[in-house]
Amino acid sequence: MHKTVLSRLIIIGLAAVATSAAAVDITGAGATFPYPIYAKWAEAYKAKTGVGLNYQSIGSGGGIAQIKARTVDFGASDAPLKPDDLRNAGLMQFPAIIGGIVPVVNIDGIAPGQLKLTGSVLADIYLGKIKSWGDKAITDLNPGLKLPNEPITVVRRSDGSGTTFNFTDYLSKVNDEWKTKVGSSTAVAWPEGVGGKGNEGVAAYVQRIKGSIGYVEYAYAKRNNQAYVLVQNRDGQYPKPDNKTFQNAAAAADWKNAPGYYQIITNSPGKDSWPIAATSFILLHVKQDKPQNAAEVMKFFDWAFKNGDKMADDLDYVPLPDGLVGQIEASWKQDVKDASGKPVWQ
Amino acid sequence: MPGRYRQRLLVNRLNLVLSLGAMAIGMAFLLWILWVLFANGFAALSPRLFTEATPPPGSAGGLNNAILGSVLIVLVATFVSTPIGILAGIYLAEFGKDRWLAKTTRFINDILLSAPSIVIGLFVYTVYVTKVEHFSGWAGSAALALIAIPVVVRTTENMLHLVPNSLREAAIALGAPMWKVILMVTLKAVRGGVITGILLAVARISGETAPLLFTALNNQFWSTDMNAPMANLPMVIFQFAMSPFEDWKTLAWAGALLITLTVLLLNILARTFFRQSGVR
Amino acid sequence: MTDSPVSAALPLPLAESDARVAVRDPTPPSTRAVAAPWQDALFEGTTRFFASLVLVLLLGIIVALAINAAPAMQKFGLGFFVTNVWNPVTLQFGALAPIYGTLVTSAIALAIGVPLSFGIALFLTEMCPAFLKRPLGTAVELLAAVPSIIYGMWGLFVFAPFFGDYVEPLLSRSFGQLWLLGPLFQGAPNGIGILSAGIILSVMIIPFIASVMRDVFEIVPPVLKESAYGIGCTTWEVVWNIVLPYTRVGVIGGIMLGLGRALGETMAVTFVIGNAYRIHASLFEPGNSIASALANEFNEASEPVHRASLIALGLVLFVLTLIVLAFSRYLIARMARGEGAKT
Repeated sequence: MHKTVLSRLIIIGLAAVATSAAAVDITGAGATFPYPIYAKWAEAYKAKTGVGLNYQSIGSGGGIAQIKARTVDFGASDAPLKPDDLRNAGLMQFPAIIGGIVPVVNIDGIAPGQLKLTGSVLADIYLGKIKSWGDKAITDLNPGLKLPNEPITVVRRSDGSGTTFNFTDYLSKVNDEWKTKVGSSTAVAWPEGVGGKGNEGVAAYVQRIKGSIGYVEYAYAKRNNQAYVLVQNRDGQYPKPDNKTFQNAAAAADWKNAPGYYQIITNSPGKDSWPIAATSFILLHVKQDKPQNAAEVMKFFDWAFKNGDKMADDLDYVPLPDGLVGQIEASWKQDVKDASGKPVWQ
Repeated sequence: MPGRYRQRLLVNRLNLVLSLGAMAIGMAFLLWILWVLFANGFAALSPRLFTEATPPPGSAGGLNNAILGSVLIVLVATFVSTPIGILAGIYLAEFGKDRWLAKTTRFINDILLSAPSIVIGLFVYTVYVTKVEHFSGWAGSAALALIAIPVVVRTTENMLHLVPNSLREAAIALGAPMWKVILMVTLKAVRGGVITGILLAVARISGETAPLLFTALNNQFWSTDMNAPMANLPMVIFQFAMSPFEDWKTLAWAGALLITLTVLLLNILARTFFRQSGVR
Repeated sequence: MTDSPVSAALPLPLAESDARVAVRDPTPPSTRAVAAPWQDALFEGTTRFFASLVLVLLLGIIVALAINAAPAMQKFGLGFFVTNVWNPVTLQFGALAPIYGTLVTSAIALAIGVPLSFGIALFLTEMCPAFLKRPLGTAVELLAAVPSIIYGMWGLFVFAPFFGDYVEPLLSRSFGQLWLLGPLFQGAPNGIGILSAGIILSVMIIPFIASVMRDVFEIVPPVLKESAYGIGCTTWEVVWNIVLPYTRVGVIGGIMLGLGRALGETMAVTFVIGNAYRIHASLFEPGNSIASALANEFNEASEPVHRASLIALGLVLFVLTLIVLAFSRYLIARMARGEGAKT
């Protein structure tokens, strides 16, 4: 008797499986950084058009690998591919969203936005050259602040990530020793510190360990109410990290003359530019064997660029500067073609 | 002799107290973890979990697509791995014994017991997903089945080994063919242990994230198509828990609570359906 | 044993009336149930097929991995296993730190988990009142149902703070002062490190080992235990001298299950181990484990050598299991030889 109940349940279950979803559903995978905003846009887009865009965050490297293997319709990466790599893989890339990375600290008596550091000093801390909060290099930058003479615990990422890519890129730009000794990549051989898994892991470690410093995406610092650090930008100013300063960093980049939009917007010029801003990119094949899916991808992003600004803002992301959107759509028309050579984007 | 006897009694009492203590420690950890699960996930426990799909941050939602996906993927994986595992275990214990096929299989099986689950997922990815150029629930089930099979094989063989030969001999003496002896006598005698093995395997694969990363991927929307990326609870829990958004984090804990309670329910159901009749 | 599985399964062919018939009519009844030999051959063939299937699948995994790990082996050779370097930028990789971390965390997990599991199994089989056996047994198995990422999160947000604030200072004040054990308990007590990872692992493997031990203890023929009680053994002596030796293969099997989980566990370890490619005598310091390194870096590893090195790490795990397995086989054979069994 039990066995027949069981078998009936199985049959019902298998029948449910047999039905499949309708509509053109597109799949994308890649960077974890923009995952929340893509998910938000996707939900609104599905409500409006019925097309489901399923984006999954498996990491920038994963996104690049999947789009190369053609298992997804588009890939997403925080680290842009160089024009040569794009050509070899038959891909085109365009920026989609912007955000900021902020260092956070856990020091007794230090509130958010109180501690000031230059990029070079930050790099020295991560190199292990500056070992204590009472070090002269730090106190010189913060004359009015009472800093305890405690050892610094460096917290960084254990997993590879676009956040690390942009952060180490910034450190390489402002500190030569970092550039030669460690370099920049989605994962590096960190000279110091403990590794937290994901932004959440880093945030949690910083919250746990007294006297620690870490780097996280702005949304994490803001929502966990952690003490972020003011970093000196290229023009010598100490801007506050927020959507305005992130967007200023993006606007100052020279998108027009960058083939494949290869621009890393760290250490951007401009007195109100946040020095550690980051762009996230989308990758598409130039020769499409599924032109319908590619068209849906571009339609989605076109919709998102035109209607998704407020949603991005709510989640502490920064929409692209206006002029850039037009340039991107022109690139779609120019670069993405189907098997017969016709452009997919109309 | 009383001194020596007293010493033995003391040793006995000491060890029994220690084992009681071990039980208490185990229960303490369990209650601690369950408490944390409940405390964090309780806020999201509502019928909405089953009626709405995973939301983007800032909106309310549920987990129904992930629940369905996990149920389907784990169910398929269990249906595939259980017969394979039990039959292979039977071969190893009853027929193979010391032949080279059995020895090699046993050896390799034990090695794969400790395979990091991400490696299994990678294998299915390389061999299947890249060939068909899309992610799918079937691939996810395949990866999970490959993780469950060694567990089932090991426990089945273990348990069958412990059946005293007199039981087998009695059945054979009555004229039963070998397959009846094995299926209806030997296996039945250790039914409880084999069920434990299957339940342990199911519990393990219900909570695995890494093998589904490159096989089933995940899906934001409700979908019953096993041949496309399939939502699943472990990946949703992972992504939501690692986000800075409170509503996502609460959903993640609720999802974890769901998995734990479901496996508990499965455990109870299985024990009831396949109740071990008094073999003592 | 009136409802034994044997009598329930097979109809007993002989009754008194049959005996009288046999005497009157000595020809053997043609309708006696004779098992067709093809049934058994089919059954054995089926089980052999599935065993071969398992072998092929599992071997396939190892072979596929070996092929993918080849580029790293070609570049680094055997030095890969004994150098401590991990640089994804200059593409220099050496696996010593993750290997060390895996071994130490698994050793801690076993050192804590096996005695605890044994105690639990003992309790469940010998001391537990009958009405509590099923619920408590299910409760122990429930520990296996908690998803591993929850162990990680519980570890990071609940256990590590508690451990770092209360237990680690205690350990460094007591054991940290001894000259032999001291170096094991030095360093900042923030709850993140190899010791925390090892303890969380031990909690995770308890259900596997304890459940198998319990099932295996329950199968011991009562006559063996009763004869021991009959000559005046205490409960402990029966368990230690009769039950354990009888079930030792099953017990070792259960420990292998638990060890397998400990060696391959990713999520729980990665949250609290600190992920530092360092080797340090102190258990409080952060380290790294093979599965954790794999899971952390695989998504983002786009360089072929990086990927190959990670997969080579995965293979190292298999080799580790192989070594432990071989050792346990040797142990069992040794014990069997001691009892005069054929080896």
